[in-house]
Amino acid sequence: MNAVAAPAIGRGTQWRAFRAVLRRDLYVTWREFPAFLAQVILQPLFLLFVFGYVLQKLTYTQNGYTNVLYPGLLALTAVITAMQALAFPLVAEFGWTKEIEDRLLAPMPTSFVVGEKVLFAVLRSLAATLIMIPLGIIILGSIPWRWSDLPLFVAALVLGALVGAGFGLLMGTLVPPQRITLLFSLVFTPLLFTGCTQYPWPKLESIRWFQIVTACNPMTYVSELMRGAMVPEEVPHIAPWICIVVLIFSVTVLLIVGTRGFYRRAID
Amino acid sequence: MAGDLIPEESAGLAVEVRDLVKRYPKSPVNAVDGVSFSAVAGEVFGLLGPNGAGKTTTIGMLTTRVRPTAGAARIGGVDVADDPVRARAQLAVVPQQSNLDRSISIRDNLIFHAAYHGVPAREREERADDLLDQFGLLDRAKDKPDFFSGGQSQRVMIARALMHAPRVLFLDEPTTGLDPAARLFVWDRLRELRDSDVTLILTTHDMDEAGLLADRVGVMDHGHLLAVDTPDALISSLEGEGTLELTADRAADGAVIDALTALSGVEQVETVNAAAEDGVPGPPPSESQPFRVRLYVSGDAALSVAPAAAVLAEHGLALQDVKLGAPTLEDVFIHLTGRTLR
Repeated sequence: MNAVAAPAIGRGTQWRAFRAVLRRDLYVTWREFPAFLAQVILQPLFLLFVFGYVLQKLTYTQNGYTNVLYPGLLALTAVITAMQALAFPLVAEFGWTKEIEDRLLAPMPTSFVVGEKVLFAVLRSLAATLIMIPLGIIILGSIPWRWSDLPLFVAALVLGALVGAGFGLLMGTLVPPQRITLLFSLVFTPLLFTGCTQYPWPKLESIRWFQIVTACNPMTYVSELMRGAMVPEEVPHIAPWICIVVLIFSVTVLLIVGTRGFYRRAID
Repeated sequence: MAGDLIPEESAGLAVEVRDLVKRYPKSPVNAVDGVSFSAVAGEVFGLLGPNGAGKTTTIGMLTTRVRPTAGAARIGGVDVADDPVRARAQLAVVPQQSNLDRSISIRDNLIFHAAYHGVPAREREERADDLLDQFGLLDRAKDKPDFFSGGQSQRVMIARALMHAPRVLFLDEPTTGLDPAARLFVWDRLRELRDSDVTLILTTHDMDEAGLLADRVGVMDHGHLLAVDTPDALISSLEGEGTLELTADRAADGAVIDALTALSGVEQVETVNAAAEDGVPGPPPSESQPFRVRLYVSGDAALSVAPAAAVLAEHGLALQDVKLGAPTLEDVFIHLTGRTLR
């Protein structure tokens, strides 16, 4: 009955576990792809249709409003998709399905479980936002696009997804399951309407207090960065470097606090 | 194996627990208070105690999900607090409540679990099919776990746990809430596992389960491990007593108890009813309920069967069942803690 010494666990084993967990998430998304599409693009799709097409046709909005709206909707999709990909599953997995336990017991550090969740949320967010491009072309006829500012566009996509993932991690670990409906009304809705997705921030000068409120929402900087990348001349916007600095700071804080929350839930 | 709390030779132990303590923040008392025990490869170790005794917290610390406040625990020689990743590779957990992945089929549950643990692709497919077959689940391999009964989920979770060939398998109340057939099935599989040198650590508040499955039992209460030994040794520590348990067709009054107590050799008579856990009394006995009494007898309990049956007959009760025995683990628990477990 002599036990052989337990084998050492190399980085290889840990990364294998990480990849296997990511593969499981992608596998489930792939198999439920129509549900995924409905979940992530229905809301921006309707916003795009009503504000970008219907109101325009009825001449309630000026020509050129789509220049304001479209980049904002991409920002919205990037942030909200990543947030939803993390917050709701986490509340359920820690609260009642307990599905996360099998991952927490896999041979990898708990930080890898968090990292996988964030990476998966970012991938989902990128997929959803990129789908909005052909949809925009179909609904609006054309979309504003500048190849020269592609790096800024990519930065806005990735930072937007990371901000969303940070929010999702924070909410998913802080919100008790019985409060999940509160999450919708108290967090999602204000976040949605103070994120400068439907209006450019510099123009809010005339409503000073609201301009201050929106400046506190990281999503504002995603919207403004997106405008800086797509319609820098047509629409006034916050300077991209300010957006990038604020977003990197926000992402860092959100991920650190969110990861702490995750550890608190994962290990007693 | 019997006797010592910790065998002197600690090399080769599958599980080794020394002075383990857990105090939750804001709690005035330790949930686990200085627990020590060990288990060798192929041993079944049962932690027996009522709800709230600290069994699940102990298992939580051994499985890296609860951080110990003090003390140490090793799985296959690996310290769970110092190197949780390496410890996780050696162990598997079957929890009380299903934690199966509801988005994928049970076969995929098994396969992805193995992938998390680095089992090569072809091997995990073969092993999944073997285990599903062995656990009688092959025809449901493609079903999602949503509509599985408690017993079926339990079987899937045990099969899943075995996918990465763990050295130590932890089972938290493995058969609580299962119907008798499902429970026997699980017990059989667990015995097979023990024979293949897997160490099983199980928690239970079920005396029968502990007595039938475990090679050694640790009796736990209020965070303390009160005794650790083989079921036989624990029971024989209550020396010189035999028991006789009688079941009659309907409820009886005190006169029957008095008459039974008056029999020669009978030291004590106790009515047995299906009381709830944690000392909460069960429903009062009614006319339709069968009547069960336990007689504690000095000497050979078999000699008291005929006189006791005669007493019941005199009072118009029909004897339905007779159980002869030495004292059980339940009596050991009562002896150690001064109260009943159920």
